[in-house]
Amino acid sequence: MFEGGIILSKKRAFLFMLPALAFVAVFLIFPAIWAIYIGLTNEALTGINALNHKFVWFDNFTKAFKDPWFLSSVQISFKFVFGSLVGQAGLGLLLALLLYNKKGILKELVSNIVIIAWIVPGVVVAYLWVAFLDKDFGLLNSILGVLGFDRVNWFHTLPVGVIIIFNTWRGTAFSMLLFMAALQSIPPSYLETAEVIGASGWRKFRDIIIPLIKPQILTDLILLTLWTFNVFTPFILTKGGPAHMTEILPIYTYRAAFMGTGRIGQGAAISTIILLINLTLAFIYLKMLKRK
Amino acid sequence: MFNQRTNLWHNFWIYMLLFTIVLFFILPMLWLVIAPFSSKASLAVKITLPSLNNFRGLFKNKVAMLAFKNSFIISFSSTIIVTITSMLAAYALSRTNFKWRSTLLYALLLFSTVVTGIAAMVPLFVLNLRLGLIDSYLSVIFVFIGGFLPVSIFIIKDFFDAIPKDYEEAAIVAGSTPSQGFFRIILPLSQQGMVVIALYIFMNTWGDFLIPFILLRNINKYPISVALYTFFSEEGLPLLGLLSAYSLLYSIPVVVLYIIINKKFGFGFHGGIKG
Amino acid sequence: MHEVVFEKVTKKFEKVVAVNKVSFQVNEGEFFTLLGPSGCGKTTILRLIAGLELPQSGNIYIKDKNVEKLSPKDRNVGMVFQNYALFPHMNVFDNIAYPLKIRKQSPEEIIRKVSEVAENLQTKELLSRKPNQISGGQQQRVALGRAMVQEPNVFLFDEPLSNLDAKLRIEARSFLKCLQKELQTAAIYVTHDQKEALAISDRIAILDKGVIMQIGTPREIYKNPENVFVAEFIGDPPMNLLDCSLKCDHNKTVLDFSQITLDISPIKDLVREKVNDGEAIIFGIRPEDITIEYEDISPNSIRGEIFMVETLGPETIIHVKIGDLILNVRDFSEPNLNMGETVWLKIDLNNVYIYKKEDGKIVI
Repeated sequence: MFEGGIILSKKRAFLFMLPALAFVAVFLIFPAIWAIYIGLTNEALTGINALNHKFVWFDNFTKAFKDPWFLSSVQISFKFVFGSLVGQAGLGLLLALLLYNKKGILKELVSNIVIIAWIVPGVVVAYLWVAFLDKDFGLLNSILGVLGFDRVNWFHTLPVGVIIIFNTWRGTAFSMLLFMAALQSIPPSYLETAEVIGASGWRKFRDIIIPLIKPQILTDLILLTLWTFNVFTPFILTKGGPAHMTEILPIYTYRAAFMGTGRIGQGAAISTIILLINLTLAFIYLKMLKRK
Repeated sequence: MFNQRTNLWHNFWIYMLLFTIVLFFILPMLWLVIAPFSSKASLAVKITLPSLNNFRGLFKNKVAMLAFKNSFIISFSSTIIVTITSMLAAYALSRTNFKWRSTLLYALLLFSTVVTGIAAMVPLFVLNLRLGLIDSYLSVIFVFIGGFLPVSIFIIKDFFDAIPKDYEEAAIVAGSTPSQGFFRIILPLSQQGMVVIALYIFMNTWGDFLIPFILLRNINKYPISVALYTFFSEEGLPLLGLLSAYSLLYSIPVVVLYIIINKKFGFGFHGGIKG
Repeated sequence: MHEVVFEKVTKKFEKVVAVNKVSFQVNEGEFFTLLGPSGCGKTTILRLIAGLELPQSGNIYIKDKNVEKLSPKDRNVGMVFQNYALFPHMNVFDNIAYPLKIRKQSPEEIIRKVSEVAENLQTKELLSRKPNQISGGQQQRVALGRAMVQEPNVFLFDEPLSNLDAKLRIEARSFLKCLQKELQTAAIYVTHDQKEALAISDRIAILDKGVIMQIGTPREIYKNPENVFVAEFIGDPPMNLLDCSLKCDHNKTVLDFSQITLDISPIKDLVREKVNDGEAIIFGIRPEDITIEYEDISPNSIRGEIFMVETLGPETIIHVKIGDLILNVRDFSEPNLNMGETVWLKIDLNNVYIYKKEDGKIVI
């Protein structure tokens, strides 16, 4: 089964891999499996159940599915993920097309600005948007004021919209880079041929570009779905409010597990559900990779 | 798409769109570069007399400065340990062949993609609680290591695979031991890979919020991400001047790192990591 | 009416002048080739005609219409790229039909035209396949079909045969030439292979570093190369070119190669018209215009030693060493020769070329 080579003997190779595998086993694999176990108990951080928990089997799961807050957070997550997908993939593709074949300062400037929005730490980005959208002092409202519009409390008026736009702003860079690479990989002669044949810009986009970058589009969508579904940063922006209106699943999970009575069993059950969703998405992604 | 076309109308719309998009990205950033230097900072973007008072106040704040130290400790430790362990593991995986090698690699990658902070939030907390690591740097560092190892191994293994085995074989014939081969030959040749990994991990751990948020209780242990959140959420009026300066200083290291990478590697870097 | 007129066109890429005040005309139905080494500007010229590049100065006319401000779609040219650029996600039928779809023709028209073209090119059985399922030669014909179906004003071919293997290339090039003659559409063909150019062109323009060196029919170019560049480029094996200087005294006019001399008195009048005594010149003679003799029987033959012999079927190429110089000779008598053997080379003075050293232009 295990062939050592001249370069590394069996024993040595195993030793080399040990530290890494140990860390991964303890801090990555074990927690994943343990989540399922805890989810089946009624363990808690405080109270009687902290000392003496027992198995409640699928109680936590059914309680979760019956909890209106859980269901609403799933719904909100859906809207959030969908909106972010459209925003990031759409804006990313648009940018890649606009910057296609352009060189020099313009391309550098635009792409760097978009990338910096991605690089700046999430906590800072959250507060940038808090400041930007503030009802009384925020820059957006100031500009609107100058243009003659009323000031708006964005967090109250468009709560899910706010986190979607926030997440789009933050994450577009990845899609943009992916699509820029995809466009680069199309041999110029294809587009030049189409040009000589007489195809307009729209036709070139529809008939040649889109079909040829389909794999990247799909990859982008799946990865984005996976990441957006698991992102926690909106918590810093809205804490899930106002009134639970931006409580995406990650925030709901945190609340259920750590706030209030700290019912870990409950939190673990929800974690397990999230794990399963992630797993499904990951499998779809791997299937697509295999097809390439 | 042929920018030689003197099609003004076409170009006009392209530039209009680009301008709007750039505006969308720049406007929220303005606060970050203006507020720290303003003497009367608020959430507004107002040009006032420039002053460095915010920074002075910031440097006097013990907790804030402590958080800087914490962030560095956590990010550096994670980076170094992951780099070392991933290189050893990747070397073993690159130079030996066994039936389940690719399955192992893909399983690792799968786990690290699926087991996100959110999905593992609860068990990680309980695990560290039981290990007595809650509120210790180690809990955060270990979790980061577990999370970033798979990707790092994947990337470094690629680099190693690209180095022909001939070098090590020649060294062995000349009398060296495998460890010597690793340290004297492979390591120097993989500097680029090491840099890639190190930067990736550092930049990701520097900005992480969730893990330290869950695993640390003592404000003196908080890295900047959590400290910043705590300051902003305190009762009473947050000192926006200090906080904006703090945010700016927090962002600078990663932005600078990005600029350096961009100069050296170009955009290929990002494609390589994610693709 | 000329099909295509290229008038004093200059194209620069940043500081590099790729095409330098080039002018030429292509006649109706003509197969016109742009020939030259890589980097000479021939592909750039093709792209300028297609509209993929814009010139800095000069005029381009297609069928008497001034086109250099028009975009490619308004010029109606049919272009075939070196890598064929067949859209990989469309099958052969859709690839060929694409220009018609763009022009919004009816489905019946499209089917009719594509079938006609496919019939013509013997690709009817391939219509439902994808480009990666057909061979290189078939791909080339499909690319051709896609250009044909447009009924273009002129065909533009950018080294369309260079991706085919040698045997296929020869078949494909005859096929291409016959097709072009049948369609009676002018074609501008780019290649770096001089044999190919000589084989299929009606006229050839030879380019070097963005400048036209000579335009003419294949025979004209072969027989009368106007400068050293063309003389060297055309011909396989290439023309022998040697540096020398003219030496005149009362009786004889002689070419001085420092190690040997060649008496050119029979043609001295032609030469002395344009060349002064002592001037540096380049002497050219094609390998087939030298005869090998085994004894010193001809007046003014040069003695040398056989250095290498290449027996290529009916043709033998003999490399003869004369001091430091080497002359290549082409012989069809299938001689038996040995290395090191001494021979005498008789030069046919009626087929000699003399070029001035400083500017490479021809004297005779």
